[in-house]
Amino acid sequence: MSEYEVVIGLEVHVELSTESKIFCACPTAFGGDPNTHVCEICSGMPGTLPALNREVLRYAVRAGLATHCEITRNGKFDRKNYFYPDLPKAYQISQLYLPICRNGYVLIGEGASGKRIRIHEMHMEEDAGKLVHDPQEKCTLVDYNRCGIPLIEIVTEPDFRNAEEVGDFLEKLKTTLQYIGVSDCKMQEGSMRADINLSVRPAGEEKFGTRTEMKNMASLKAITRAIEGETNRQIERIRAGKSIKQQTRRWDDDKGVSYSMRSKENAHDYKYFPEPDLLPVQISEDFIDEVSREIPELREARKERYIRDLGLPEYDADILTASFPLVRVFERTAELCGNPKEASNWIMTDLLKLMKDAQCQPEDISFSEDSLGKIIEMVTNGVISRTVGRKVLAEVFATDVDPAEYIKRNALAMVSDQSVILEAIARVIEENEKAVGDYLSGNPKSAQFLIGQSMRMFRGKADPQAVQKTLFEQLEKLR
Amino acid sequence: MTSSEKSNGNDPVGIDAEQIEYLEQLARIRLTPDEKVRTRRDLSSILEYIEKLNELRTDDIEPLSHTVPMAPVFREDRAVNGDRRIEILRNAPEQKDGCFKVPKTVE
Repeated sequence: MSEYEVVIGLEVHVELSTESKIFCACPTAFGGDPNTHVCEICSGMPGTLPALNREVLRYAVRAGLATHCEITRNGKFDRKNYFYPDLPKAYQISQLYLPICRNGYVLIGEGASGKRIRIHEMHMEEDAGKLVHDPQEKCTLVDYNRCGIPLIEIVTEPDFRNAEEVGDFLEKLKTTLQYIGVSDCKMQEGSMRADINLSVRPAGEEKFGTRTEMKNMASLKAITRAIEGETNRQIERIRAGKSIKQQTRRWDDDKGVSYSMRSKENAHDYKYFPEPDLLPVQISEDFIDEVSREIPELREARKERYIRDLGLPEYDADILTASFPLVRVFERTAELCGNPKEASNWIMTDLLKLMKDAQCQPEDISFSEDSLGKIIEMVTNGVISRTVGRKVLAEVFATDVDPAEYIKRNALAMVSDQSVILEAIARVIEENEKAVGDYLSGNPKSAQFLIGQSMRMFRGKADPQAVQKTLFEQLEKLR
Repeated sequence: MTSSEKSNGNDPVGIDAEQIEYLEQLARIRLTPDEKVRTRRDLSSILEYIEKLNELRTDDIEPLSHTVPMAPVFREDRAVNGDRRIEILRNAPEQKDGCFKVPKTVE
């Protein structure tokens, strides 16, 4: 073991998947041309007033309940003041004094190696706009589409001791939030981002070392590398007798180093005060009861049910339930094809391979949820072969084609017409005179060759047994 | 400490010249020497007034988030706003490529 211990705490920002923004009726859809999801409220025009989206409160309470938090009955919003063009009001509406949720936890690991990561608090706030630096004109261009998208910020206690625990926590948090439907947690679209607070101390020391903060990390791999890089940097400095400065650092994942961000002195004095444009929020017991009934069967329970009621192997159940988008694909597929085991097999062997090759995360699956079920049904009914089914799935996965239409367009359906089979075999016999002669004079190798030639005629689209049977019947006739 | 103990004649309570400069920085404003003196005096008298509240014993009183019992007006979660970029960008000091154009920001 190392002589130093790492101590890490996280601040995780999660964009809520409401239809509209937190304080106005603009859409929250990702992307879109710059400033096309913007109104006078989210662009901070004077004289406008925010009105809280009811669903934001509901989602925040749901997230709190799913992570064992206490829900604040009398909450309010606060104003966090700072000057930066990503927030046109020059303040962010956030919560400092009475955050919506407090004192929760998320369990990571299993059984004896399990660990509770405590959640200090969770608060609601608005996201900021996006800045693009224009190198030609040496100016900054601002797109406020993201400005006002509802966020929850989840602040953990400094309970992590290595990068692995951080990764486990983020995976678990992502799974939970996806299950309860409050966020899609797409890290590459920035809907889940983490700030890492990290310090090191000699093993056995109780006092925390000085921490640094790395902001806006948006990939699990980068987070792992950033933690390792920053840990090593701090340990090296301590070993060399140098001090650690409390500062914000930016992790450059390409170069594998972090560097200090130029930040003005006093930049962290946000002069918080109660938001005068919004009334305090009272949360009733009834509302909490109502929201708690909306929380669906979470991962552990669902996994057990898959094993117990659907007869899936534990390994399969574990992987299928790891992410809610996969759960959705699986359940819809099983429902359509009426065979959960077959649905699971297709996902485990074919879909996961396609996802791995395309480096696709479950939340990025974009094909129609009915497609896989339809493919399996067609394979089961002998409309297409398993091999063709696989090809169709690959196409569905890549371009979301309709399976039936794709099969028709490319003539991939099985040849079941006996006259077509007969015709093809007649050609094989005609074109392979020598092999036919060898077969008739008792050479078994020629039989294999002729089967191969016959199957090639159908390129996997005919039932091999039917083809063989017809071939031998025709050959026998030549005797 | 009560307000009377802290205040003494010309030197107002609560706020010193350095803090005024700090506030100047935070608020991105520049005050003339004369304004500095006046702002310091005004803010100090506000603080002094607020200081009175500290004389009250509030140990047994539950924290209050608002003085008037009113429930907030919620908005239903519907994205009814359409694309109003042209209109919105009229408020921009300058624009480029559909964006608000601002002086270069330094991280």
